[in-house]
Amino acid sequence: MMLSKSTAPHILSKATTKSIMLDVIIALIPSLLVSILMFGIGAVLVVATSVASCVLFEYLCSKYWLKAKKNTTKDLSAVVTGLLLAFCLPSNLPVWMAVVGAFFAIVVAKVSFGGLGMNIFNPALAGRTFLFLSFPVQMTSWPKPNIKDFFNVDTQTGATALEIIKYSDASTSATRLDNSDFLSSLPNYFDMIAGRMSGSIGEISAAAILIGFVYLLYKRVVTWHVPVFYVAAVFVAMYAVSYYSGEEFKYNSFMHILSGGLLLGAVFMATDYSTSPMSLKGKIIFAVGCGLLTVFIRLFSVYMEGVAFAILTMNAFVPLIDKISVPRIFGAGKG
Amino acid sequence: MYYSINGIKLPKNKLSKYEKTVDAGLPDIVHMELKQNAGTAPVPIVKKGSGVKIGTLIAEAAAGVSANLHSSVAGKVTDITDTCISIKVSADEYDKSINDTDEILTDIPDDKEFILSKIREMGIVGMGGAGFPTDVKIAVPEDKKIECLILNGMECEPYFTADNRLMVEKAEEIVIGARIINKVLGIQNAVIAIDENDIEAIEVMTAVTKRYVGVNVEALAGKYPQGAERQLIKAISDDEISRTSLPSDAGFVVQNVATVYAVYEAVMKNKPLYQRIVTVSGDAVLKPQNFLVRIGTPVSYLIKKAGANTKKLKTVILGGQMTGRTVQNPDTPVTKLDGGLLLFDSAKPEEEENACIRCNSCAQSCPVNLQPFAIANTYKIGDTPKIYKLRPEDCISCGICSYVCPAKIPLLDYIKKAREEM
Repeated sequence: MMLSKSTAPHILSKATTKSIMLDVIIALIPSLLVSILMFGIGAVLVVATSVASCVLFEYLCSKYWLKAKKNTTKDLSAVVTGLLLAFCLPSNLPVWMAVVGAFFAIVVAKVSFGGLGMNIFNPALAGRTFLFLSFPVQMTSWPKPNIKDFFNVDTQTGATALEIIKYSDASTSATRLDNSDFLSSLPNYFDMIAGRMSGSIGEISAAAILIGFVYLLYKRVVTWHVPVFYVAAVFVAMYAVSYYSGEEFKYNSFMHILSGGLLLGAVFMATDYSTSPMSLKGKIIFAVGCGLLTVFIRLFSVYMEGVAFAILTMNAFVPLIDKISVPRIFGAGKG
Repeated sequence: MYYSINGIKLPKNKLSKYEKTVDAGLPDIVHMELKQNAGTAPVPIVKKGSGVKIGTLIAEAAAGVSANLHSSVAGKVTDITDTCISIKVSADEYDKSINDTDEILTDIPDDKEFILSKIREMGIVGMGGAGFPTDVKIAVPEDKKIECLILNGMECEPYFTADNRLMVEKAEEIVIGARIINKVLGIQNAVIAIDENDIEAIEVMTAVTKRYVGVNVEALAGKYPQGAERQLIKAISDDEISRTSLPSDAGFVVQNVATVYAVYEAVMKNKPLYQRIVTVSGDAVLKPQNFLVRIGTPVSYLIKKAGANTKKLKTVILGGQMTGRTVQNPDTPVTKLDGGLLLFDSAKPEEEENACIRCNSCAQSCPVNLQPFAIANTYKIGDTPKIYKLRPEDCISCGICSYVCPAKIPLLDYIKKAREEM
């Protein structure tokens, strides 16, 4: 009788890094399906390229740079990064640019910092921001959704809802062809929830993102705190702005939540384990910070969108937030 | 992965919950480990070759915190080492002073000192696992005002059903035991904490407590580690008692139900603590059962008794999946503190330690609110000053952190190492 020896506890939960990443991938599928329906082959190409190159770069890094014994692509975190990167790109982006974004995300933002769990900035958002600054034109031309023609890659481009409301006032919209035409291209709420509007691949459908969120909550991969506090902070701040400025159209709170990358960022990027605070208290500070920064950038910068910059900025504060939000040890301060 | 704050739901696997306690019978030999209590081990008073009966004192409590040890069998002492007395079993003869009947005695002696001396004499220790001598624990200094006695029937370790069976089968005795301890504490109140899923135990105990004013049953959420002393007090009273203070400072005394039953037997039946209920379960056991086991019984005897296939047997755990220890030597004896013996066909999977992904599962589910990931990281770096701030000494070794970690980092091992370094 040869008996085994182990240290307590003698059982381990079934959860693994891989199972968690797989859950995130499953949660992203509804958004992926909507984007393929709306943008056709373009979305498929960008997503496939982004995922494939993220996995390839991760593999090359782990094998030739880190010389790790283990192939780190097996934990599927590179697939998640690839999906998330593609989700914040337009579907008509030249695919080689997606490769550049994947390189920046994996090699620069992730592995350089020590790989999974050590990176300070969300790799997908870092890659997206690098592309945004390098290729501003291609990164801001958004194809119009076209359900009927899967293979039509020369889709017309259109403005996103955020662009439309940002330039809705007369002075700036004069540069556009026709103000009323421009405004009429604004999607209605149903379109925004279902995903029939221009935008990045994964951000268009609020419903699809929320289905993913519910799945993540059900599987206990994330807590509700970050997404809810993030979106609530944006809503309240935007509402206050619209109330005091009187510009209810431009600063419509619902519009700001449903369009742009807010929901995608709040559910899938601000909740990234590596780059968000660990304690609940820290998570709430982080989420509110993200929300306020998003509103600030959307109000004052030349950009329509503020989510990526807001989350990346707050990423930098995570070590500090972690430091001030250490949980109180049981019984501490009770004699 | 995140879990409910301060504790988790484990797969309970209470397979033997409805199995009546059966006598495990007599092994050929018992090994009485000397140190079965917190504090100092008792000193042997028998010699090699001495004849003993069931209940004969074989090792006497040392000075300070210590506990008497009695023979659990009748026979001849064959070996005495620094840690163990082995007795060859030859008969089944009781020490004459023991009342070995099943009748329930209710006349509690009205003498605090007599009760305490009986508990000390009979070698009663905390049977939930801590092994703290019961007489020391309930002899609370006069200046401390005790408000409530808590009987711990939570039994939050998976598979374990020994305490559950005891509550179902010996409810009245347990309540009388509580009354005895109440007498020492000078109070009337007692709360019996039972897992809300143990419906039978709750019903039986509630029926009995109706006849005893001040004794109540409280059903608590069946999470792990609800049975840890300070966590139990928190669940019942919301009081948080830090590591550096005692439950009695806040007005509580916590006793495991098996200990309380042993107190009853010691005081009312003059019976030393020489046997206990042990759950023998696990997937290598065909019929998981609750055995009444003589202390010192080798696990090999129970393995055989439970009908486990020894050829397939891979893992033997004495004392629970979460906090117990694996046993390699089949001669290892059962002690006063072991509520269960678990037998498995498989070993704990050897998982490679991966990088921490900062999921916060360990910190969020830690019943003491520690940050296990931070302790492990700090230990690996060797940043000793910082380790002090993270207070690994507050860890109650419940094992949740290692259990939940998706990166399979043995966090509890790191915490223990960090503690040793301090």
